[in-house]
Amino acid sequence: MSRKSFRQAVNEALAQEMRRDPRVILMGEDVAGGSGSPGEQDAWGGPLGVTKGLFKEFGPSRVLDTPITESAFIGAAAGAAASGLRPVAELMFVDFMGVCFDQIFNQAAKFRYMFGGKAVTPLTIRTMYGAGFRAAAQHSQCLYPVFTHIPGLKCVVPSSPYEAKGLLIQAIRDDDPVIFFEHKVLYDMEEEVPDEPYTIPFGEANLVREGEDVTIVAIGRMVQMAKAAAEALAKEGVDCTIIDPRTTSPLDMDTILESVEETGRLVVVDEASPRCNIATDISAQVADQAFGALKAPIKMVSPPHVPVPFAAGLEDLYIPNADKVAAAVRSVMGAPDRREAAE
Amino acid sequence: MTGTIHPITMPKWGLAMTEGLLAAWTAEEGARIEPGTEIVDIETSKITNALESTVAGTLRRRVAAEGQTLPVGALLGVVVDGEVDDGEIDRFIEAFQAEAAAAAESAAPPPEPKVIEAGGRPVRVLVTGEGDGTPVVLIHGFGGDLNNWLFTQPALTGRPVHAIDLPGHGGSGKDVGAGDLATLSRAVLDYLDAAGIARAHLVGHSMGGAVALATALDAPDRVASATLISSAGLGAEVNGGYVEGFIAAQKRKDLKPFLEALFTDPELVTRDLVEDVLKYKRLDGVEAALKTIAGNLFPGGRQATVMRDRLAGTTVPIQVIWGTADSIVPAAHADGLPASIPVHRFDGKGHMVHMEDAAEVNRLIAEFVAAH
Repeated sequence: MSRKSFRQAVNEALAQEMRRDPRVILMGEDVAGGSGSPGEQDAWGGPLGVTKGLFKEFGPSRVLDTPITESAFIGAAAGAAASGLRPVAELMFVDFMGVCFDQIFNQAAKFRYMFGGKAVTPLTIRTMYGAGFRAAAQHSQCLYPVFTHIPGLKCVVPSSPYEAKGLLIQAIRDDDPVIFFEHKVLYDMEEEVPDEPYTIPFGEANLVREGEDVTIVAIGRMVQMAKAAAEALAKEGVDCTIIDPRTTSPLDMDTILESVEETGRLVVVDEASPRCNIATDISAQVADQAFGALKAPIKMVSPPHVPVPFAAGLEDLYIPNADKVAAAVRSVMGAPDRREAAE
Repeated sequence: MTGTIHPITMPKWGLAMTEGLLAAWTAEEGARIEPGTEIVDIETSKITNALESTVAGTLRRRVAAEGQTLPVGALLGVVVDGEVDDGEIDRFIEAFQAEAAAAAESAAPPPEPKVIEAGGRPVRVLVTGEGDGTPVVLIHGFGGDLNNWLFTQPALTGRPVHAIDLPGHGGSGKDVGAGDLATLSRAVLDYLDAAGIARAHLVGHSMGGAVALATALDAPDRVASATLISSAGLGAEVNGGYVEGFIAAQKRKDLKPFLEALFTDPELVTRDLVEDVLKYKRLDGVEAALKTIAGNLFPGGRQATVMRDRLAGTTVPIQVIWGTADSIVPAAHADGLPASIPVHRFDGKGHMVHMEDAAEVNRLIAEFVAAH
């Protein structure tokens, strides 16, 4: 056990699985860096250095720099997965996923179903997402709701270094295509992470904090915002439960519903664009299945429905933060209890 | 002035504890305090427990207020044995706070567990305490680790105290080999060799009790005394459903009821405690290790090795400690032991009696160890 950054946790998960299983390979743009040039190989390790060092250990047959053609290498990775390898493809920014939708949505996601359950597709696609990196509208989106929508894909959105390592090892060992979302702003976050390999099962939410007044469900980086909000609210005497679903598909609705049955109040925090995101999905399911437990309207905390601004001040305003989460919690705490009013 | 002023300070329960919340005062100012009197309830993210006094006197001053979160070592209150006037207490508090502030600046880092090689296996150990006394080695139970001794280890002073993780457990290697009682006992002896310990007092809980007992019986020259707490190895019965359920549980919800069965007060099982056990269970190799050990020691929900018949023949001093409400290993196993073995029963306490009644269990261990 030692303190590791999110970046180190991802790197360690990849290295340990590559040592354990020779079928695990990496491919993507600049995952080594320097291919075909006379300079240093392994110069980059990805644009933010996450795969640095893996080329040196595992060599060019297992760490493959690809051309800048997402449609080609994601398709190749899906085919490699269907024919015996366990590829981890890195699609630098999730914003670029559009050019390889067919390979993911219509091929990888469908193989098991359309081949009568006889095909497995152990493909992991790692990708960066999220605002706050001053990377403008084409490099800052949170597109996990788009992938959550497609049956046959699993979607993982880790919230911390410990979560990232265990969920990535689970993703690599999973026999279905998994899209693994890494928030750029979390790469330098540090916490205690075991040195040994471990797995965190999909579809099991993490109960980050237990409180009796309100349930906050938060996705990915937003878990950190929810924690900061809950600490501030605790000083005001408001006791929050925080649930981190870890995976948006499969989604652990049981844990969310059980918590809402206890607290009667729900705030969902999602950095994705507000229409048809995970917050709307969870809110709809709670309204559908636990309406009677609600003491106040459900509150969603999401950014406005606009492209992520490049201007730093506007980008900061765009991202949901602890103050916005706390304000939403205060509003559901202040709402009159509908059930009492009805009596 | 003939009195003595004793500071009551924020305890350190476990490695992770840096601060605690003073949840409630349970003793009034002016109350007579004896060793073992509960003074305050302390809450940490891991556990809530009553802080018991180690000294006798009168609680003269509550320095900290309910609801305050304070660092480990912070002054909570003052107990005075004998006659001391208020002015002197004020001066004591002022000096203590000034000293604490200075100490905080130059504080030595708390002891950290380390991993050493013993018998070809990585073994995680936390060593605390110093002195010339024969060392104590603490051996946790099935599925546990050295953190189970968080209330015990700081209380044993005057000698080194080594809390080890057994093979397949905590931060030790997950390869358990044959995974039988002999393997686990061998691992303890390997640790003694690696740490350069000729003889040690063994304190074992549950399965760790069976390991301590087997080691005492087979290598009596290495064992100065054995304290067996809620111990396996003294009868055939064991809660097989617990063993099976603990291994099978993958989710917080599934695991929590099993952890609650360890205590008589289920409130002691916090979210963090469950999460720590889940984190251990998620490590590669743990499930296989636990299954191998359980298959050897508890096949079919019964204990495979019962060592009662060998107790009368050993020269190693042994004491037995049990909570009468233990739902994992029946407290009846403490009945009918040879008269030479002192048996201490804790009315209404559960399997984790060393956590639920830490002060009294600590006292029994310290006295037994000092006497042998």
